[in-house]
Amino acid sequence: MLFKKEHELLQKAIRDFVNIELDTLPAEMDKTGEMPRDLLDKLAKYKYSSTIVPKEYGGAGADYLSYAIVMEEICKKCCSTGTYVTAGSSLVALPILNFGSDEQKQRYLKPLALGEMIGCFGLTEPGAGSDASAQQTEAVLDGDHYILNGRKCFITNAPICDFAIVIAMTDKPKGLKGTSAFIVESKWDGFSHGAHEDKMGIRGTQTSDLVFENVRVPKENLIGKEGIGFKIAMNTLEAGRIGVAAQAVGVAQSALDEAVKYSKERVQFGKTLSKFQNTQFTLADMETKVSAARLLVYDAAIKKDAGKKIDHEGSMAKYYAAEIANEVAYKALQIHGGYGYIKDYPIERIYRDARILSIYEGTSQVQQMVISGGLLK
Amino acid sequence: MKILVCVKQVPDTTEVKIDKEKGTLIREGVPSILNPDDANALEEALVLKEQYDDVTVTVVTMGPPQADVMLRQCLAMGADDAILLSDRAFGGADTWATSNTIAAGLRKIGNYDIIFAGRQAIDGDTAQVGPQIAEKLGIPQVTYVQNFELNGNEVTVQRQLEDGYEIIQVNTPVLLTAVKELNQPRYMGVDKIFAAYKKEIPTWTMADLDIDADQVGLKASPTKVFKSFTPAPKGKGVMLEGTTKEIVTKVIVQLKQKHII
Repeated sequence: MLFKKEHELLQKAIRDFVNIELDTLPAEMDKTGEMPRDLLDKLAKYKYSSTIVPKEYGGAGADYLSYAIVMEEICKKCCSTGTYVTAGSSLVALPILNFGSDEQKQRYLKPLALGEMIGCFGLTEPGAGSDASAQQTEAVLDGDHYILNGRKCFITNAPICDFAIVIAMTDKPKGLKGTSAFIVESKWDGFSHGAHEDKMGIRGTQTSDLVFENVRVPKENLIGKEGIGFKIAMNTLEAGRIGVAAQAVGVAQSALDEAVKYSKERVQFGKTLSKFQNTQFTLADMETKVSAARLLVYDAAIKKDAGKKIDHEGSMAKYYAAEIANEVAYKALQIHGGYGYIKDYPIERIYRDARILSIYEGTSQVQQMVISGGLLK
Repeated sequence: MKILVCVKQVPDTTEVKIDKEKGTLIREGVPSILNPDDANALEEALVLKEQYDDVTVTVVTMGPPQADVMLRQCLAMGADDAILLSDRAFGGADTWATSNTIAAGLRKIGNYDIIFAGRQAIDGDTAQVGPQIAEKLGIPQVTYVQNFELNGNEVTVQRQLEDGYEIIQVNTPVLLTAVKELNQPRYMGVDKIFAAYKKEIPTWTMADLDIDADQVGLKASPTKVFKSFTPAPKGKGVMLEGTTKEIVTKVIVQLKQKHII
């Protein structure tokens, strides 16, 4: 797709950034599980972790297409860093930006965008994954405070967060219409996190449970009003899909790049792998699918920027990009043969990182439900 | 304080391939970039802008209209303004004619305190344009600046030598050429990129400058190229760092990756 000049320069800018900052770090983070604070500070300083947050709240004030470009380029180098960025840029920022009070924006959104605070987003529970309606976490009003009890799981940034967006039941009998969203600070009594999850991929990110034991949450930290928690979560995830879909395109592109590079170097039967028609056809297939996924992402982003609803487009982009990221990573590793199974080659990490993409922020199957739901209504 | 920064758009020489038969560079499809030393020059100006309240940073280049994107990059890094010196008459200039033109542009801006330039451009490697500009403006110059301090209108710099450095004190106005050891250039910020495209970049042609037609372009260039050829390329070495054990591990990994062992 032809970009406007601004987007072309943005693409160059983020490439300059990742080529230096994410050169050797992704492999190190995969081993150590530590994302250096210096990297997070730089992402914030140059507004790569606040692309879509308005300038008045410390963000870049750019559009969703910019967000997609930034996510793709980061994830071409490092899926873990991409996960960190999308957690803050959309999952944490959007509930406050779209539904929060001005005071909440000043107090939480601005420091988040400026990189002074780290946030996380708690919707998933041990018993409420794709079935988000089975929420058990509960907030009961007691004077000027809500008393929060429950447990969230698989929460990106939970061990390092300053505050969490938490979806909790405030009126259980009403089901989904009885949920509310809160901003909960990690320093408050009763707030803790569980053990670090030893994940298959995106090992540079910190993931754990969030545990709430009689946490007293001031009334002013309710986002919007009672009863719209699920609506806030769905609204957030809908826009957030652009980020995760772009992340998948970046991962797919990096796998393809590795496959192209390797196929031109590796000699078998007296010629490089790239001289075999099987390799050529496989690469052509990968390239076509990555391009198709990218266009779906751009389409969703451009429509979002034009103010249109993108529940359908966002789901298709996230579903397709995540699926082909896994397919392309699989084929790229296959081209590497045995060497692809060894950690010396980046494709080994890329293959493991890709696996999360069709699972988190709405599994492929949930996306299929949304897509067919739109068709069959 | 008014700081001017001279910059040049150059082909990314790490991407340039060589036509072995003709002995020339294949420039098609090669991205154009901000000359690396010029990025260091701009960075030092931007650091001053952060340190003092009244600093303005203006970048100036001579080049074709395509140089616009590089000037936008400079704005997205934090420069206040950019000026493009562009005219068909400027084409084919060597360093002498180029410095005539740029000096005329800087004279037109006027009232500058510090002029920063990169040590040299990666396409020509002459390191002549900066010093020539200083001569033509009649101001002092210090080349190969690797460290910079400002105290009032007094500048103290370290001038890099092959086996050490000189400490030089000089008063403004002054022209300084930067080496890469001076600093680490910043990246473009997302917010600044969009603001950069909202700014107007004036283009100054021959008609806008106080300069005669016989001072610019090819005909004002004493340099005559008789032959260009390409020496056989040397392989690029890689320096490994770490303890002996770490280095050995890295060597083994790389040898394995190249299927040597």
